[in-house]
Amino acid sequence: MSDSKPAARERPLSPHLQIYRWPVTMATSITHRITGVGNALGTVLVLWWLVALATGPDAYALVQAVMGSIPGRLILFGFTLSLVYHMLNGIRHLFWDAGIGFRVSTASVVSVIIYTLALAITLGMWAAAYALGGGVR
Amino acid sequence: MSLRTPLSKARGLGSAKDGVGHFIGQRATAIANIPLVTCFLVSVVLYGAADYETARAYLAHPVVTILMGLFFVSIFNHMRLGLQVIIEDYVANDGSRLALVLLVNFAAFAAVFSSLFCLARISFAG
Repeated sequence: MSDSKPAARERPLSPHLQIYRWPVTMATSITHRITGVGNALGTVLVLWWLVALATGPDAYALVQAVMGSIPGRLILFGFTLSLVYHMLNGIRHLFWDAGIGFRVSTASVVSVIIYTLALAITLGMWAAAYALGGGVR
Repeated sequence: MSLRTPLSKARGLGSAKDGVGHFIGQRATAIANIPLVTCFLVSVVLYGAADYETARAYLAHPVVTILMGLFFVSIFNHMRLGLQVIIEDYVANDGSRLALVLLVNFAAFAAVFSSLFCLARISFAG
C-alpha cells in the first residue's frame, strides 16, 4: 500500500445491491418504499373519485366507468395491495422503533408473514366487495 | 476539543435542529393511519362501487365525514413527510431537491384542502 501512489491505482469498489444475495428483509424494505410511492399515486385516484362525487352524477359516472373497467380494477387491486402491505410493514416498523423484532430469524419470518398476510387480506377484501356488490343497490 | 474539521467550522453549518419533529411526525401519522386507513378500506369494500346517490348519502353521514376528513389529513401529512425522505435520499442536486420537496408540500396541502372541501360540500348538501 505504501509503495504505490493512491491516485494511480485502481481502487476496489465496495459491493453493491446486485452483488448481494437478497435476504427477504431487503425485499420487504424496498417494497415498503415502493408501496409508499404507490400509495401516494393511488391517492390521486381517491381524490378524483371524491371530487367527481362532489361535482355531479356525470363526473361520477366517468370515474365509475374508468375504475370499473378491467385495467381500472387491476390498478385498484394493486393500490389496495400496496395500502395493506404498507400498513402491515409500517406496524412492523413501529415495533422496530420500540426495539422489538430485530433478531435476524424473527425479522425474516415476519417478512414472509407480512407478504402472505398482505396478499390474503387484499384478496379477502376483494372477495367481500364482490360478494356485497360493492354497495351497488 | 472540537472534533469538527477546519472546513466544517469555516462553513458554519451545523445540525438543522428540527429533524426530530419530522421523525416524530412520520410515526405519529403512521399510528393515526392504522385505524383511519382501516375505516377507509372497510368503506371501500362496502361502498366502493356504489351509485351516485348511495355514495353521497354514505359520505354525508357526520361520523363518516369526520372519519374521512381525519383520514385525509393524516394520510396526506404522512405522504408529505415520506416523499420528502425519498427525494432527499435520491436527488443529489440542491436545486432539484428543493424544488421537488416544495412541490410535494404544495401537492399535499392542495390535496388536504381539496378533500376537506369536497367532503364538506357533500356533507352539507345532505
